Amino acid sequence: MEQFIQDNVEKSEFLVNRKVFTDREILARERAEIFNKCWLFIGHDTEIPELGDYKRKNVGGRNLIFIRSQDGEIRALFNTCPHRGALVARENEGNSRVFRCFYHAWSFKNDGELVGMPGQDGFPEGFNDEGTKNMKAVKRVESYRGFVFVNYDPDAISLDEYLGNAKEYIDLVADQSEYGLEALGGVQEYSVRTNWKLLAENSVDLYHGMPTHKTYFDIKQDQDPDLKKVKLEGEGVELDNGHAVIEYVAPWGRPVAQWTPIWDEELKNDMEKMKERLAERFGEERADRIANYNRNMVIFPNLIINDIMAVTARTFYPTSPGYIEVSGYSLAPKEEKESHRMARNDNFLEFLGPGGFATPDDNEALELCQEAYNNNTEVEWNDISKGMWRGAGNALATDEVQMRNFWRQYNSRIQESLKKEAVQE
Amino acid sequence: MTVTTVTRQDVIDFLYTEAKILDEWRLKEWAALFTDDGTYDIPPLGEPDADPRKYLYFAHDTRERLEERAERLLKKEAHVEYPHSTTIHNYNNILVTNLDSDIITVECNFTIHRTKREVMDTFIGKHFYEIVQQDDEFAIKNKRVVLHLDSLRPHGKISLIL
Repeated sequence: MEQFIQDNVEKSEFLVNRKVFTDREILARERAEIFNKCWLFIGHDTEIPELGDYKRKNVGGRNLIFIRSQDGEIRALFNTCPHRGALVARENEGNSRVFRCFYHAWSFKNDGELVGMPGQDGFPEGFNDEGTKNMKAVKRVESYRGFVFVNYDPDAISLDEYLGNAKEYIDLVADQSEYGLEALGGVQEYSVRTNWKLLAENSVDLYHGMPTHKTYFDIKQDQDPDLKKVKLEGEGVELDNGHAVIEYVAPWGRPVAQWTPIWDEELKNDMEKMKERLAERFGEERADRIANYNRNMVIFPNLIINDIMAVTARTFYPTSPGYIEVSGYSLAPKEEKESHRMARNDNFLEFLGPGGFATPDDNEALELCQEAYNNNTEVEWNDISKGMWRGAGNALATDEVQMRNFWRQYNSRIQESLKKEAVQE
Repeated sequence: MTVTTVTRQDVIDFLYTEAKILDEWRLKEWAALFTDDGTYDIPPLGEPDADPRKYLYFAHDTRERLEERAERLLKKEAHVEYPHSTTIHNYNNILVTNLDSDIITVECNFTIHRTKREVMDTFIGKHFYEIVQQDDEFAIKNKRVVLHLDSLRPHGKISLIL
């Protein structure tokens, strides 16, 4: 059977076959075995705070309506009319008790129930008794600390079980606020001409930081001559079910709460108070971890939560092996005051997003990888070995253990499906 | 001292000069077109007047930040723009208002093409300028770039200055 990774512990070498980035059949298998079976992030519950609030979302190739229905429940409705299939909600977001398909004017309550259609005398009584003419909802919608996920597999394990010990790290992010995090408006919808797995790798890769983002660190150095006192240092951790995280100190300012000289004295005082409050709530050690440590986390397969110079969540889907659609979020404490929020947002934009000073260089690196995979036939393997020789539990944040964990999960899911087919054949 | 009279054509020539400076990658000169308190904004798509505290912008640059942006893009380590992309900034449908005021306001449509590695991306939208006169020259107090796009796909990035 075809092998996509070589996991050679004895030799401390880990290789990934570049075919997984370019092959259409592999993408079809990923859709079936990964995107149709894993928990996928749809959005943050603060995006739809009021009854009737909705946003359209593309999740795992489906058009969904992410809605807080009138009964208060958050649902994910398939945005397709049960009658003839037309897209029902055509605005990207809004608030509505009712959705009406414009084609034949079938109307639905915001929980999906059919409430009217013209020419009702053409249909028998009890036409919708079984509910088959209602807008269909994704059966499995579950959330953890405001992060809402869907799963297209009705038999999937619970989100709680799926996240496993990754919850500990989501808690460290969410605990920055006493009142909860909120998603800012203006979710950044962009693309990268690359394979989706390369962005999963890149989002939790500290090794590339200095060479790829030298221009960002040049600017930071100008802002703070003492910058080099704090090195990029920490650990890489393998988590359950293919999730992984790197946790480390870094020289940039963190809105909660590592002050940096570009910020004023008032903010410095605020941050000291915030740290005191965190220590009251969680004790000194955990408060230090929340305030001063950065976390880049991948929730398998494609949710990134990066708690760095700001907090960003990022999700992405392939439309072909070499093209992805990315959604980038910013999350911030609900209670954050205005000056603090501006400092956070400036920090975000300095590094992150399509107009930032770093993200476009990441995307360039990924696009150049993709372009150069034209050489796959002769040059077959990517190397993901960094830090492997150090042994289990000793990985540095600048190592690649977090990616290896992703790839092992990926491989086991793909291989399992290949095995099943081999048995059937 | 007499106040210099400026014409609509003077303002338009200034904009065309800005476009030329950008296309020739004279980015430090571009930053120098701004007043000391000049700003450069790219609000989120579909939300041209979004509150920058509640919404994520693409760029929300102070004068200092826009200068850093310009200087960064000239470095070899600004990988996304090395080698530099080729760009064309086209401005049209230019409306100049408040020509007699301290702050001249301009809105225009733009079509900006960027090509690199044989891939062309086209950005369309509207520019809104606040322009002042200092030392007998025009200077930009604010440039607001309102993209008329549904998403940044397939562009993926705004690595160039729009």
